[in-house]
Amino acid sequence: MTSVVFSNIPYWGQSLLRVLGGVVAVLLPAGAIVYLFLFKMMSFMQSRLGPMEAGPYGSMQLFAEVGKWLQKEDLYPDRADRFVFKIAPLIVLSSTFLLVVVVPFGPDAWFTNFEVGVFYAMAVSSVSVLGILMAGWSSANKYSLLGGLRAAGQLIAYELPMVLALVGVVIQAGSMNLQTIVVAQNSGEIFGWSGLGNPYVITQFVGFIVFMIAVQAELTQTPFDMPIAESELVSGYMTEYSGFRFLIFFISEFATAGVFCFIAAVLFLGGWGVPFSWFGWTSIGDIDNWMNVVGPLIMITKMLGLVFFIMWVRFSYPRFREDQLQRFAWKVLIPVSLVNIMATAVLKVAF
Amino acid sequence: MAKIPGLFKGLGVTFGTMVETITNGANTVQYPHAKEIPPVRARGVIALHLDNCTSCMLCVRSCPDWCIYIEAHKELAPPRREGGKPRQVNELDRFDIDYALCMYCGICVDVCPFDALFWSPEYEYSEPRIGDLLHDKAKLGEWMETVPEAPELEVGAEKKGKK
Repeated sequence: MTSVVFSNIPYWGQSLLRVLGGVVAVLLPAGAIVYLFLFKMMSFMQSRLGPMEAGPYGSMQLFAEVGKWLQKEDLYPDRADRFVFKIAPLIVLSSTFLLVVVVPFGPDAWFTNFEVGVFYAMAVSSVSVLGILMAGWSSANKYSLLGGLRAAGQLIAYELPMVLALVGVVIQAGSMNLQTIVVAQNSGEIFGWSGLGNPYVITQFVGFIVFMIAVQAELTQTPFDMPIAESELVSGYMTEYSGFRFLIFFISEFATAGVFCFIAAVLFLGGWGVPFSWFGWTSIGDIDNWMNVVGPLIMITKMLGLVFFIMWVRFSYPRFREDQLQRFAWKVLIPVSLVNIMATAVLKVAF
Repeated sequence: MAKIPGLFKGLGVTFGTMVETITNGANTVQYPHAKEIPPVRARGVIALHLDNCTSCMLCVRSCPDWCIYIEAHKELAPPRREGGKPRQVNELDRFDIDYALCMYCGICVDVCPFDALFWSPEYEYSEPRIGDLLHDKAKLGEWMETVPEAPELEVGAEKKGKK
């Protein structure tokens, strides 16, 4: 169903709405994640209260922090490669924006409806490696360089299990279009029972676990935070950044967490949809317009639930050593996801 | 594979702490609104009992940071007994402790042979200007009011001390 409301808006209006929606879809999860999880949940897990002074329960703390960063001087090292140094955080952030483009938030609430959405998402998510490598190289600082190289090695190593984990979903849905995958999950049935649809987290549980571990590594969250490793490398590739550019790195770290969890929600948890059998829908054409409003809320709920697990793991575990980290990617995750692909393919043909 | 139960146990610890904090409150105190009472023997600030000080300079010499400054001059005091010679005593001109340098090791308190220096658990004396952390003898004397009573001696300790 092409939305009646949307088709009346001229093209430039639609584009403007999509740009605004994209900014909201990147910044809102980032802010929510930082406040809910980084400030509050982390504090509770360490038996303290976290920020309490700025606004009720410290909810305005983030604005105070952003204000502080914006006031700071935009420093760059004397020997730095200035152009590369300045553009690196923007590249990291732009990969987040490119990633959110394929995520569907409702039957009509999408930015672009790619036929090869999964492929595109996996391709674009690796752009951030370039930004991180540029930041590490151009800082003229050995800590930054080591951090950047570690990040490159880690992100490339975990890109592979991430892609392979998604192949199972693509095989099962028979499509790379994220919208089609959502519909396939919500209109599916488990052995003839359609009360829950068929969220792929059940059938692709192995793929889901591998994907979430790989996401954890892609985000350089704690068990995989070798590139940042504050006890060894000061702050890794971010060492020389301050003020505004550090803020961009910071936003992109948590916005990417949000967007990856959006994608995980779409691929494994049924995305924006509710099981179609609840309302007697049969295809995407039957869905009422109100799903365009409820869909994003469902997506944000699922995203926050997934980020909760990422952050929970982050606050609980110590850091992997470099060799453990590489061994885990190449000797555990990749073989497991390959076996998962084969099993999925065999079962798909069998049923 | 053998490590997997431990991983879940670790997640359980952090989750349990979170639930505990949400239901029963945190272990921390929101400082300016609520204050913890420091233990009686906490090392907050060093107080000076002026009358006991003989400006022997032992504290100055033992201070690892050289943060104690003493200046004194000699004065004649009336004799203890009728017809005796007037005594010579050291009168303190200056007794300063620079808390910007002090590292709260307490060696000066331990080394003082005349019980002139005491620990006080007061801790709220931060200053916007670093120079104001230099406490002179008047201010160090004021801290004496906050010094808690010395704890009871252990059984048998007093006898040995008197000898």
